[in-house]
Amino acid sequence: MAWTWFHRLGSPPYIYNLAARLTPWFAWPAALLMLAGLVDGLVLSPTDYQQGDGFRMMYVHVPTAYLSIMIYTTMAISAAVGLIWRIKIAHAVAASCAPIGASITLCALVTGSLWGAPMWGTYWEWDPRLTSELILLFLYLGYMGLRSATEDVQRADRISAVLAVVGIVNVPIIHFSVVWWNSLHQAPSLMRLGKPTIAVSMLIPLLLMLLAFTLFFAAVLLVRLRAEILSRERSASWIREVVTP
Amino acid sequence: MNDGGIERAQAKVLTSVWAAAGLTLARDLRLAFRKRGQLVQPLVFFAIVTTLFPLAISPELSRLRDVAPGVLWVAALLSSQLALEFLFRDDAQDGTLEQYALSGQSLSWLLFAKTGAHWLLTGLPLALMAPLAGLSLGVPVAAVPGIVASVAVGSVALSLIGSMGAAITLGVKRSGALLSLLTLPLAMPVLIFGARATELAVKGESYGAPLELLGALAVLGITLAPLATAAAVRVNLE
Amino acid sequence: MKALSDFFDMGGYAGYLWPSYILTFAVVVLNVVWARRLLARSREEARRRLAMRAGTEAGAAPTRAGEAT
Repeated sequence: MAWTWFHRLGSPPYIYNLAARLTPWFAWPAALLMLAGLVDGLVLSPTDYQQGDGFRMMYVHVPTAYLSIMIYTTMAISAAVGLIWRIKIAHAVAASCAPIGASITLCALVTGSLWGAPMWGTYWEWDPRLTSELILLFLYLGYMGLRSATEDVQRADRISAVLAVVGIVNVPIIHFSVVWWNSLHQAPSLMRLGKPTIAVSMLIPLLLMLLAFTLFFAAVLLVRLRAEILSRERSASWIREVVTP
Repeated sequence: MNDGGIERAQAKVLTSVWAAAGLTLARDLRLAFRKRGQLVQPLVFFAIVTTLFPLAISPELSRLRDVAPGVLWVAALLSSQLALEFLFRDDAQDGTLEQYALSGQSLSWLLFAKTGAHWLLTGLPLALMAPLAGLSLGVPVAAVPGIVASVAVGSVALSLIGSMGAAITLGVKRSGALLSLLTLPLAMPVLIFGARATELAVKGESYGAPLELLGALAVLGITLAPLATAAAVRVNLE
Repeated sequence: MKALSDFFDMGGYAGYLWPSYILTFAVVVLNVVWARRLLARSREEARRRLAMRAGTEAGAAPTRAGEAT
C-alpha cells in the first residue's frame, strides 16, 4: 500500500495534474521572497567594510551560481533514474531542467564577471572555478544539442542521460575548486562545515534570495514538465480532459 | 532457442578476458594499418597546425617559445579529435559493435581495448612528434623528455574522454561539431594541466606536480570512461 | 532626493551592479514567459492532434467498415 504513491509518480496524468496544482504554491512564494530579498539586500542590509555597496551583487550572483549547480544535479539525478529504472517521467524532468540551467549558468557567469571587474580588476580570469562553471555551460548546451540532434525521443532521452551523468564530475570540481586551488574566487563562506563566515545582516537577504530562486526553479520546472509530458503523450485519452477548456 | 545462451556461456569459457582484449586491439591495429593514409592524417594535421602559429604570430623564436606549450597542446587536442569520429563508426555500421555487445565479454573492456588501439595510433605518435614541433617553436632540447611525458600521459586521458564523446554521438549523422562540443569541455582539465607541465618543462623547472595530476586524470579516465562508453554504445545499439 | 540618487549610485558600483540585477531579473522573467508559452503551445498542439484524430476516425470509419467485408 505504501508503494502506491510511488507508482503514481510514474504516471504522466498524475504528475501533470500534480504539477498544475503545485505550481502556484512555488511561484507566488518565489515572487514574494524575491521581492523581500531585493528590498532587504539592496536597501536594508548594511554597506560592506571592504567592498562598499558593490558586495550587493552577491545577492544575484550567489543564487544564480548555486542554482546553476543545483539544476545540473537535479538533471543528472533524474537522468540517472530514467536510465537505470527506465522511468520515462524522469527523462521528461531532465529535459525540462536543461534550458533553465543553461540560462541561469550564463547569468551566473555574467554577474560574476560584473562583480569581478571592480573587485579583482578583471572581467575574466581562467581560474578553476570560473573555468569549470564555463564547462558547466558547455555541458548544458551539449546536452540540449545532443537531444535535438537525435531523432528518436527514447534514444534522445537515454543518450543524453549518459551525457548528463558523465558531466556530473564537473559539479564537485566547481564546488571544491576554490578549496583545492589558490583561486581568485573566494573560498566558500556558506556551504562549508562549521559556521558561515558571513555577517548575519548580510546572510538573511542572501538566504531569502537562495530560497526564492530555488522556488522559482521549481515553479518553472513544473510548467516545462507539463509541456514536456503533453508533447510525449501523443495518444493518451487523459489528455482530452486536460486540454479541452 | 537456448542455443545462443549455451554458445555464449561456452564463449566465455573459451576466450579469456585478456585474449579478448588482445584480439580486439590487434584487429583494430591491423585494420588501421590497412588504411595507412588515414593513419597519418592526425599527425599531418598536427604538423600543419603547429606551423600555422609561427606564420600567424611571429617567426621570432623567443616569442614562440612562450606560446609553444599552449600551441602544442591545442594542436594535439584537435588532432586527437580528428580520429575520434572513426573510432566506433565503421564497427557500428558493419555490426561488429553489436557482436561485441552480445559476445558475453564485458563491453566496457572491449571498448577500452579499442580506445587503447586509438591511443597507440594517435596519442603515442603525437607524443613522439610533439618535441619536434616544440623544437621548431624554439623550445630548448632539455624540455623534450618533459614534452613527451606530458603529451603521452595527457593523450591517454584525451583518448578516453574522446571515446565517451564518440560513443555518445554514434547515433548522430555528421557528428563532428557536436562531438567537439561534448568532448572539449571535458578535456579542458587535461589541456590545463598538460600545458602547465609542458610550460614548466620548457622553462627548465620541475614538472612533476602537473604531470602527476595528468596521471590522476588518466587513471580516472581508465576506470570510469569505459563504463560510460559502453552505456552509450548500448543505448545507440538499442 | 539625495538619498535616492545615492541609492542608485550604489557607492560608485552602479555601472556593475545594476546591469547584474537587470540581467538576472530579465533571465528570471524570460524563463517564466518561455515556459508558459511552451505549455500553451503544447496544449494547442495536443488539442489539434485530438481534433485531427477525431476527424480522421469519423472519416475513416465508413471505409474501414467497407474493407471489413
